[in-house]
Amino acid sequence: MIDVEPPPFFKRGLPPTVRLAIFSGLALILMVVDGHFHYLNTLRNALAIVINPLQHGMNAPVRLSSKVGDFFVAQGRLKSENADLKEMQLLLGGKMLQFQALQAENAQLRKLLNAKARYTQRTTLAEILYAGRDPFARKIIVDRGSLHGVLAGQVVADNIGVIGQVTRVSPAVSEVTLITDKEQVVPVQIVRNGLRAVVFGNGESGTLDMPFMSFSADIQPGDQLVTSGIDGVYPPGLPVAVVSKVERNAAYLFAKIACMPSAGVDRQRQLLILGAVQNEPAPARLPEPIKAPHGKR
Amino acid sequence: MASAKPTLTRPASARFVLVTLLLALLINLLPWSGLAKQLWPDCIALLLLYWVIHQPREIGLGAAWFLGLLMDIADGVLFGQHALAYTLMIFLTQILRPRIQMFSFWQQTLYIFGLLLISLVVMLVTRLAFGAAFPGPLYFASSILGALLWPSLSMVLRLRQHRKPRTDDTFTKLTNK
Repeated sequence: MIDVEPPPFFKRGLPPTVRLAIFSGLALILMVVDGHFHYLNTLRNALAIVINPLQHGMNAPVRLSSKVGDFFVAQGRLKSENADLKEMQLLLGGKMLQFQALQAENAQLRKLLNAKARYTQRTTLAEILYAGRDPFARKIIVDRGSLHGVLAGQVVADNIGVIGQVTRVSPAVSEVTLITDKEQVVPVQIVRNGLRAVVFGNGESGTLDMPFMSFSADIQPGDQLVTSGIDGVYPPGLPVAVVSKVERNAAYLFAKIACMPSAGVDRQRQLLILGAVQNEPAPARLPEPIKAPHGKR
Repeated sequence: MASAKPTLTRPASARFVLVTLLLALLINLLPWSGLAKQLWPDCIALLLLYWVIHQPREIGLGAAWFLGLLMDIADGVLFGQHALAYTLMIFLTQILRPRIQMFSFWQQTLYIFGLLLISLVVMLVTRLAFGAAFPGPLYFASSILGALLWPSLSMVLRLRQHRKPRTDDTFTKLTNK
C-alpha cells in the first residue's frame, strides 16, 4: 500500500471520537425532529422531487421486462380470459341496472330525509410502482401524486375492499400505508349485527387484530367487517376483513380476535384511490367529560 | 486467490469512488419486492466499507452520514436512521481498519458480516424505539448475503486499481540508439 499515513503531529482535523459524537448527534436530532415532532415532512417532499426521477428511471427496466412478458401471453389464455370477461360484463351489467334503480331510490329517500349526499365519489386509478423499501413498515408506492389530485388521507381500495390510506404525497407518486401496517387503524362494523369495532394492523401481512372487544362480544369466525364510516375518513360500507379466529380466555378481559383482510392487500397491481369524503357535517363538540372526584381519604 | 497483502496498487481517483457510490445508490433504488427485497444487501453500506478500508482519506464519517441521509430520503423512512447506522458502522471500521487489512478478502468476510449486522441492529433499535414492529428474523439475512458478496466485490473494484500505468519506454529508446 502506498497509502502513507501522516504522523500524528500534523494537523488532521478533529479527532475521530469528536466527529463520531457530532455526526451521531446530528442523526439523533434529525430522528427526534422527524419522528417525534414531524417537522420535516415539507423538506422530505422537496427532496422527493429530486429522487423521484431516479426511482422512476430504475423502475423502467423492470416494467419493460414485465411488458415484454405480457406480450408473449399465450393466445388460448387470452381467449378464455376474454370469454370470462364478457360473461362477467353481462352479469355486472344486470347488477348495474339494479344498482342504478336503487341509487335513484336512495337519492329520493335521502331527499325526503333532508339529508345531504354523504360524499362525492371521485376515484383515481393508480398502479403500484413498487413496495416501500422500509422493512419496518408496510407501504407501497403508487404512480399517482398531487399532480393527479391525490391528497394525503385518501382511502385506497381495490375491487374487493380497503387496502390502505395515502400517507404521503409527492408530485408524481404517493405512498400508501397498508391496513396491515402496525400504526394503521380502521373503524369497522360487523355486517351480521352492526356491532362497531376498530381493526388494527399488526405489521404482518395477511392478519389484522381486533383488540379491546369484550370477552362476551357477539363475534364469530366468518363475520364480515365493513368500514363504519364514523371516522369521516373511510367511506362507510367498504369490506375490510373477515374474522378468522376468536379466542375467548376467561383469564383476560378482552377476547383475542384475528381477522383476515378481504382485499388483496399484497397481491393487486391496480388500485383505486377514492375521493375525499366531502359534505360531511362538522363533528359535534363532545360534551365536557365529567370529572369524577378522586379524592384520597 | 487475491489477497489484501501489500501489493502495489494505485489509489482510485475520487471520481471513481463517487461513481461507484452513485451506482450503489441506484442499485438500492431498484424496485425490489418480496423475498428479494429482504435478502438483497445494502450496496451503499458495502461500498462505504470498501472505500473506508482502502481509501480512508476520501471516505469518512461525513460521507457515511450524508449517504445515510440520502438513503433515508430514498426509502422514505425516519430521517437519520441510516445516517446513524452508517456513522457508527464506519467509525468501528476506522478503528478496526489496520486489523482488517491484514486479512485476505475471504477472511475479511467475517468482519464485514459483523459490521453490516451492527448497522442493521442500530436501525432496528432506532425503529423499535419509535414504535415500529419487529420485522422478523429474516431482516438480518441481508448482512449474510452482503458478507458473501464482499470477496467478489473487492476483487472487481481492485481490478481497476491493478491496471498497469502506461509503460515508460524512454529506457528502451535510449538503449536502441
